[in-house]
Amino acid sequence: MINPHGGRLIGRVLGEDGRAEALERARNLPVLKISDESISDVENIATGVYSPLEGFVGKADFRNILNEMRLQNDLPWTIPIVLDAGRDEADGFREGKDIVLQSAGGRPIAILHLEEKYEFDRDELAEKVFLTMDRAHPGVAKVAAMRDVLLAGPIDLLEISPTPFDRYKLSPKETRILFKEKGWKTVVAFQTRNTPHIGHEYVQKTALTFTDGIFVNPVIGRKKKGDFKDEVVLASYDELIKHYYLKERAVMAILQMEMRYAGPREAIHHAIVRKNFGCTHIIIGRDHAGVGTYYHPYAAQDIFEEFPDLGIVPLFFRAFYFCKKCQSVVNEKICPHPPAEQIQFSGTKIRDLLVKGQVPPPELMRPEVAKIIMQFENPFNE
Amino acid sequence: MEKESMNVSIPASLYKKIEEVIKGTDVPSVSGYVAKVLREKLAQGQTPGEAFSKEDEEKVKERLKALGYID
Repeated sequence: MINPHGGRLIGRVLGEDGRAEALERARNLPVLKISDESISDVENIATGVYSPLEGFVGKADFRNILNEMRLQNDLPWTIPIVLDAGRDEADGFREGKDIVLQSAGGRPIAILHLEEKYEFDRDELAEKVFLTMDRAHPGVAKVAAMRDVLLAGPIDLLEISPTPFDRYKLSPKETRILFKEKGWKTVVAFQTRNTPHIGHEYVQKTALTFTDGIFVNPVIGRKKKGDFKDEVVLASYDELIKHYYLKERAVMAILQMEMRYAGPREAIHHAIVRKNFGCTHIIIGRDHAGVGTYYHPYAAQDIFEEFPDLGIVPLFFRAFYFCKKCQSVVNEKICPHPPAEQIQFSGTKIRDLLVKGQVPPPELMRPEVAKIIMQFENPFNE
Repeated sequence: MEKESMNVSIPASLYKKIEEVIKGTDVPSVSGYVAKVLREKLAQGQTPGEAFSKEDEEKVKERLKALGYID
């Protein structure tokens, strides 16, 4: 089994005794309300998804991540996992003391053992992580809205928050045991935020041909307007796997994590996360984790050159399409026919057909998948 | 970029050899090449991490069964 990033799977979910004691102590601790995205970060730290992080990063790691895409100990790490607070709030917190992190509704989520408070430059953070300062970029807009002070230190999670998708929620410990139980030595991860079309299936099955199993890992959480709703993505993949995959070769579980749309840097982050789940390979397609035209279509593949020590093997896919002459999904390396024979997998085109209540042609989408999507009154985020 | 770095000595002949190797490639410098090769080498030497306890595994397997992931 592939080692977790940094060699050890982090586990910071308190057991029953620890939780009771922490909740008792929490009554007298200062409180910070955190967003749903930060709650996901806390859970990802605590369950080992972000191993080797044990908490929100301190200033030295933050600077190293921005400048070198590595933690201070030289481990690859490209997205700073940080927790922001208002200046007034932060003034009330003392380094070396604990804080209770609460949901917006007042539910205690975790204890933050505050080690450090520091300020940061929003423009620098945006430019280095997103390679742009354009506020039209959703990641940059989020950075612009961040509060002034970053709080750092290890966290202890009180308990994992329930979601409507708990049936699909597995921790890295659970996926590692699952892969072992299935006898998979090599596992390819497929990151998605979309319903599957035939092109996705082609990529997944091509990768699966050379590995023991595939881990379909949809990202659940804040997404862009117009993206498919989480429940639609899950239902459509359930249907695809049921009809077109061998049960013993495919597993789907969710990843609750905010999409940051940081293109190349986020591709590395996605790879690290899947390595922690126990995957040995990850599919990286065209414009992975990109948005608009901010990144070169293959920047998210090229960046892997800089990380020979990542541990997980990226599988790169370039353009693929349905060729009318070949009568199959092909790519530019294997199909000699001209563009007139090509049918592109256009998400917009598929979406338009679905919105009109029309089933996309079978060379674009499996009819079973289309039918499931069309059962939802409004399958898209508003 | 503010990068903290340390100096390591390598034979001049090796340095020249690396200069030749990286000519016309994306590798920007001899230092960059050496760092890349060393990182690759060090990653290969990682020892396997700790396994889960039998008790842990059984507990997880029960949940996986209940969720339908294993029979």
